[in-house]
Amino acid sequence: MGDLPKPDEMYESIDHTPPEEEWEKIESPITPGRYAYPAKDKNLSIMEFRTPGEWSPADEEWPLPENWQQIIHEGFKERLEKYRSLKIFMDTCVRCGACADKCHYFIGTGDPKNMPVVRAELLRSIYRNDFTTAGKILKKLSGGRELTKEVIKEWFAYFYQCSECRRCSVFCPYGIDTAEVTMMGRELLNLLGLNINWIMEPVANCFRTGNHLGIQPQAFKEIVEFLCDDIEEITGIKINPTFNRKGAEILFITPSGDYFADPGTYTFMGYLMLFEALGLDYTLSTYASEGGNFGLFTSSDAMKKLNSKMYAEAKRLGVKWILGGECGHMWRVINQYMDTMNGPADFLEVPKSPITGTVFNNASSTKMVHITEFTADLIRHNKLKLDPSRNDKFKVTYHDSCNPARAMGLLEEPRYVINNVCNYFYEMPENTIREQTFCCGSGSGLNTEEVMDLRLRGGLPRANAVKHVHEKYGVNMLACICAIDRAAFPPLMEYWVPEVGTTGIHELVANALVMDGEKERTTDLRFEPLKEEEDEADEG
Amino acid sequence: MPTVEFEGNTFNVDEDGFIDSFDNWNESWVRHVKEQEGIDELTDEHWKVINVLQDYYQKNGIAPMVRVLSKLTGFKLKYIYELFPSGPGKGACKMAGLPKPTGCV
Repeated sequence: MGDLPKPDEMYESIDHTPPEEEWEKIESPITPGRYAYPAKDKNLSIMEFRTPGEWSPADEEWPLPENWQQIIHEGFKERLEKYRSLKIFMDTCVRCGACADKCHYFIGTGDPKNMPVVRAELLRSIYRNDFTTAGKILKKLSGGRELTKEVIKEWFAYFYQCSECRRCSVFCPYGIDTAEVTMMGRELLNLLGLNINWIMEPVANCFRTGNHLGIQPQAFKEIVEFLCDDIEEITGIKINPTFNRKGAEILFITPSGDYFADPGTYTFMGYLMLFEALGLDYTLSTYASEGGNFGLFTSSDAMKKLNSKMYAEAKRLGVKWILGGECGHMWRVINQYMDTMNGPADFLEVPKSPITGTVFNNASSTKMVHITEFTADLIRHNKLKLDPSRNDKFKVTYHDSCNPARAMGLLEEPRYVINNVCNYFYEMPENTIREQTFCCGSGSGLNTEEVMDLRLRGGLPRANAVKHVHEKYGVNMLACICAIDRAAFPPLMEYWVPEVGTTGIHELVANALVMDGEKERTTDLRFEPLKEEEDEADEG
Repeated sequence: MPTVEFEGNTFNVDEDGFIDSFDNWNESWVRHVKEQEGIDELTDEHWKVINVLQDYYQKNGIAPMVRVLSKLTGFKLKYIYELFPSGPGKGACKMAGLPKPTGCV
């Protein structure tokens, strides 16, 4: 982060003054810090996408195929016929502007093309020109414009400055799902081989090796065993999870970030400790070793391929249902697309908690239950011994991770769990949580280092709300239920609110969880003392 | 792909200056990154980290997670930052010729 301005300089530099001219006349600069590196051929070819060779978005001439206009036109036409939603979203916007100031990237950059209405207009203007009668006759008068190479560059610039978080959609009177507009824009660019490597490498890795990081089966097993050694050191209890075990009742799937990157690893330890305390009949899979699905950020075909692995593995192992970890966009894929894409999963059973007997009818089609629903149900039925005072050094606030909040309506369960495992919980202001939650600024595959300027700006509204509760209540821990959040928040907090740490909910659960036969706990899952030193506890 | 000339060697590098392939790594590359990192002198401890990273990578095709690196070397994360000011990823992995991990990390 060496070249970044100081936080107050960045904050002062944001200017929301609308430009004098119409948006079509404003150039779209390709600015370092706002674009990610292009996808590498080796990753594109694994997915059988077009390989444009080496290029940079900063290049004057982009490596487009000769018939690029035809490819885009036919690709657009095909999608308009295939997805009724796209046609509706292209037709219905009345440009009321309700979404304009709701986007975290607009708030953080002041760039008018980051207003969701304008972002969608980048695509809509081509739609009007090429696919509507009014556009064909009236041309510019109807808001249409010609498809040029500059338009392609503009699409790349702004469809990769959208995290598909869907906050803007909450405010749209027509319910236009702007994330799907971005998704279509990215799909079209993908037809030309224009993608970003931070997305395409995880997609290729997941397809080929089983997870975004490319962790192979033996390494996955070793990492889990390493984390189990840590659990033993902290609790005195040795856990031996099984892998690829046929006949297990439940298959547990979580993002690979949870077993590779801190602080997600502590949440992973939390899952294992919970399952051990319950005596749950579950297994991990080295094939379906990824909850996330960067295919969602690429194309529907890629999304479908990656999602199908989870269900293929559930079928192969003969489990009854799938339990899913604290992942964000996985739940968007499961709840919004899985059923018509790879479902129905009628070879599985409607999930039923073996501990409480609760039937999760909400998951009767996808057969997949979110772990905070599962845990909230356990607490509700008094099945866990909890000592929330073990989390007393944490003053916790909760970031509603975008997709679980807006794509599955998971609002109460995470709060219910936190309130039962922590004594100090404080909400951020109401227009920044629940359905109106602000993105971490790094979602949809934008959590890469080279767009740190964009990430810090896009994360500013969230960080600002955290800062508010930090100053008002002394909040020092930000809980979330998404692996991208857990990767994105540490640098975001470091920049804007350095006193606040990041955690998953099941790390907090496991800190509080009293396990049968455990030794006296002296540290939390991070090997830090359960209680802060007195002088530190008085801070803030 | 950009290239780096150093001690008579030519290395292909990516946008962040990581070597294009572990197969093209040699000790001259280590001295090149050492200069970039502003490390005065390479000690046995630097080499211990590099060797552990390379062994793990050759076995598993990926860099170890940070806590595993700490355990295998016996160095606390803070000390690894002292050895490699840019940290285990941008400093040590780069020097060892490993690619950056991608995904929710």
